[in-house]
Amino acid sequence: MLKIKDLHTHIEQFHILQGVNLEVPDNSVTVVLGRNGAGKTTTIRSVMGFYPNMSGEILFQGKSIAKLPPYTVAKQGIGYVPEDQDIFAGLTVEENMRVAMRREDDTTLERQEWLLDLFPDLREAWKRKGGHLSGGQKQMLSIARALVNETPLLLVDEPSKGLAPIMVEKVMEAMNVIRETTTILLVEQNFIMASQLGDYFYMIDEGRTVFQGEMQLLKDDEVLRKKYLGIA
Amino acid sequence: MKTTTKVTAYTNPSSGLNPLRIITWQKGAWIVCCLMLFAVPLLITKNSYLFLLTNIFIWSVFAMSYNLLLGFTGIISFGHAMFFGIGAYSLALTARHVPGGEVGFILAILATVVICFVLSLIVGLLSLRLRDTFYALITLAVATIFVIIAEQWRSMTMGNDGFNFTASLSRDLFGFINLLDRRHVYYIALIFLIGMFLLLKRFIDSPVGRTLQAIRDNEARAASLGYAVLNYKLISNILAGVMAGLAGVVYAISIRFVSPDSVLGVENTIDVLLMTVIGGVGTLLGPIIGAAVVEVSSHYLMGLANIHPIFERWVILFGVVFILIILFFPAGIVGTIKQKFLSKKKGVSS
Repeated sequence: MLKIKDLHTHIEQFHILQGVNLEVPDNSVTVVLGRNGAGKTTTIRSVMGFYPNMSGEILFQGKSIAKLPPYTVAKQGIGYVPEDQDIFAGLTVEENMRVAMRREDDTTLERQEWLLDLFPDLREAWKRKGGHLSGGQKQMLSIARALVNETPLLLVDEPSKGLAPIMVEKVMEAMNVIRETTTILLVEQNFIMASQLGDYFYMIDEGRTVFQGEMQLLKDDEVLRKKYLGIA
Repeated sequence: MKTTTKVTAYTNPSSGLNPLRIITWQKGAWIVCCLMLFAVPLLITKNSYLFLLTNIFIWSVFAMSYNLLLGFTGIISFGHAMFFGIGAYSLALTARHVPGGEVGFILAILATVVICFVLSLIVGLLSLRLRDTFYALITLAVATIFVIIAEQWRSMTMGNDGFNFTASLSRDLFGFINLLDRRHVYYIALIFLIGMFLLLKRFIDSPVGRTLQAIRDNEARAASLGYAVLNYKLISNILAGVMAGLAGVVYAISIRFVSPDSVLGVENTIDVLLMTVIGGVGTLLGPIIGAAVVEVSSHYLMGLANIHPIFERWVILFGVVFILIILFFPAGIVGTIKQKFLSKKKGVSS
């Protein structure tokens, strides 16, 4: 689904990504792990086209999307759920969803209904402004908005960040349903969530891919977890 | 059709309110308001009051156009008055140089629309892809160029002195409009305000309007949803520019005089910024309330000079009024009332 080869990204004078290699197979959940500042968020933001000052190859369904602007990348069918949810605070939940729709046809509306069934909290808060939602509701809205169009690949950046444990559980349940129809590239610090959802993992350290494999491998390797994630 | 109905028909199941009832009540209030305003010239014969109300209507449209940029798209402009001035000068110059009232009038409107469209497109293309501060500075620079042109091209504009064109205004436009009759000008300004308000409301509620608000809230996020942000900002910029230009045309009809300071000066941009902030940034009604507050307070504060010479410095008093409004209405008059109403409603429902 997605292949990243030797990705280098500069932000101002800083050379943040110094050779990220990554592959996301179809119908899988691939998790990007690493310490704070390792370059995880920069990796998915580079895929979305937020950094024109990058080099390397990014292939989505065999087609190069490197250096395309974010709106063109999104139109290829890549949904993006950013780290801080970034919902439109001045718009209601309904308006947030409608803004995200590329077409208001039956298929899209059916997807919206499915998403509202998946996140019933959003149905309850339908007419409420985005700025008045709780952190968990914002996260749900952010995910729902990214999925309201046909989305073969979903990039999710730390969905559990700053959420209460109950909300983390809800989001995780939803992600488990979403994975049945959508390939997911997930950046996550919460190893419990990452290990339960992920099929494969990539470990990034100092802007480079340093380790990769099936998630089971990481679950079993305490030394590796301690070395790169600081957890036993 | 089926699809659109499906989305709009969906309402919050926890809310017991009937949306149709609210819409009808609101529409009724608007119609009563409009009818009252249409009846004003029949009740008030004093020209100074009609002139004041006419100016409020015109400045409301000008402020609404600024609010489209600032409140609904998140763009700050320091040179918005150039569009207003272009409209005013177009009307004044055609009134002076083109014989035949209707031809000149139509020509002024066409010239305003075309020039404002092209100018806002060029300025937008040059600056909107950069940071917001660049846009503000570029608009200020371009606006200053227009002020200099108006000052220096004396043969055409009479320079800093400006010119009065009362004598050139047709007494019989389209057979029934007398531009020298204050009541007629009042109705033109009122219809213009209502028309522009409805247009803007429709635009804001449209998918493009919603996208602009999304861009205002979070530009990067809107881009990652598939929106070409620059194109949408350009649409907003062009619409705001043309609206301000048309407000300038009506303003020229009302004051029958143009000079660089009166219609092109940066103070005009500051005034609409003030009106927008006082009324409520990002609200449809805010700029109208803001324009009314600024125009009425400056009118009456200026009048206080007859009581005591200290009131000749009425701008200081106006500053105090402005500070008080910001203290008590931090989100503008309409914005704060709306917030209070919403939090009260939230409190009741919870």
